Amino acid sequence: MSLDKPYTDVPGTTIFDADMSRMGYHLNQFCMSLMKAENRARFKANERAYLDEWPMTEEQKQAVLDRDLNRCISLGGNIYFLAKIGATDGKSFQQMAGSMTGMTEEQYRDMMVKGGRSVEGNRYTGEKK
Amino acid sequence: MARISASVFTSHVPAIGAALDLGKTGEDYWKPVFAGYDFAKQWEKEQKPDVVFLVFNDHATAFSLDMIPTFAIGTAAEYQPADEGWGPRPVPKVIGHPKLAAHIAQSVIQDDFDLTIVNKMDVDHGLTVPLSLVFGQVDAWPCPVIPFAVNVVQYPVPSGRRCFMLGKAIRKAIESYDEPLNVQIWGTGGMSHQLQGPRAGLINREWDNAFLDKLINDPEGLSKVPHIDYVREAGSEGIELVMWLIARGAMSDVNETKKGNAPTVRHRFYHVPASNTAVGHVILENN
Ligand SMILES: [Fe+2]
Repeated sequence: MSLDKPYTDVPGTTIFDADMSRMGYHLNQFCMSLMKAENRARFKANERAYLDEWPMTEEQKQAVLDRDLNRCISLGGNIYFLAKIGATDGKSFQQMAGSMTGMTEEQYRDMMVKGGRSVEGNRYTGEKK
Repeated sequence: MARISASVFTSHVPAIGAALDLGKTGEDYWKPVFAGYDFAKQWEKEQKPDVVFLVFNDHATAFSLDMIPTFAIGTAAEYQPADEGWGPRPVPKVIGHPKLAAHIAQSVIQDDFDLTIVNKMDVDHGLTVPLSLVFGQVDAWPCPVIPFAVNVVQYPVPSGRRCFMLGKAIRKAIESYDEPLNVQIWGTGGMSHQLQGPRAGLINREWDNAFLDKLINDPEGLSKVPHIDYVREAGSEGIELVMWLIARGAMSDVNETKKGNAPTVRHRFYHVPASNTAVGHVILENN
């Protein structure tokens, strides 16, 4: 029997559930390793070599190299783990969140200052705005 | 006997910690956020709690994907502020209350909530930002803290209902402790925010304020709101708000033993934005 997942029709949103977590285990644990300064230094010195130490899929490694956070998330990454890559790059949480929206950093910051993204038209996939 | 005198609810945005630590509190962007906590700082000086039972969530800091406890109670003597990748926050270490924490663990597990017991854990912004907001920038936190971590990172997270019932069990545990301690229970996280995907930046002012209304006046009804409503209306990370129901469930008006009247709303504050997040803050005193 399949499990009840009522959250698959929320637009632009991936819920990090047990299935995603299983897919993303090594990707997220790689991110976790960046909490140690010496690992951050080794990763920065040679990203590819550092990634190759982890049993991640090639797609996951490429998504990290590209800093494509949406892709990372679709491959099982979780934002709180991926944030460690951002920290390594010297990026704020806002810069990281904004990078996934297709907006420029400035546009995203302005949207937040004006009260954030409206929920209207953003509740269901395919909903009319 | 120990008693719960009040509950405090607040968001725990990491950028707030950074603003404090980098001396940006006077900037126009941040001023209104910190002004919302002036009352709490004064109020805490009068309340002088002996212990804070602090419900929070870890953000891939102490708990990686190696272990994901749904509910974890800290029974350690002390906890260090964690390095979340930007270096540890320059805030005091957190002193625990192992004796009361062990008592609560024993009581709550016997009440059918299967807690994980944690004797070693660094604490991230989820715990230290609320302490900074409510107690200010101090050399030492004014009282011991019992950290209580809830998994809200990997789904399924505990339901609002489960959290509310757990709050009741925590109350029973605290009120059966022999020392005359003044205990506060804090619920942290939220309010509406989404940090991931093309929908990042979602804020829902209306839903948040309705949440605050129900938290105060109809917590029982609020506890029945399903996860999907949080996700759809308050953003994927807005789910952190279920933690507020633990603190609310520990208030005397919703409990049968030593039942009290509706709590007094000492303070209510709401502001958008702090970085990606809507900030909410409420103080309720038991009657
Ligand atoms: Fe959080």
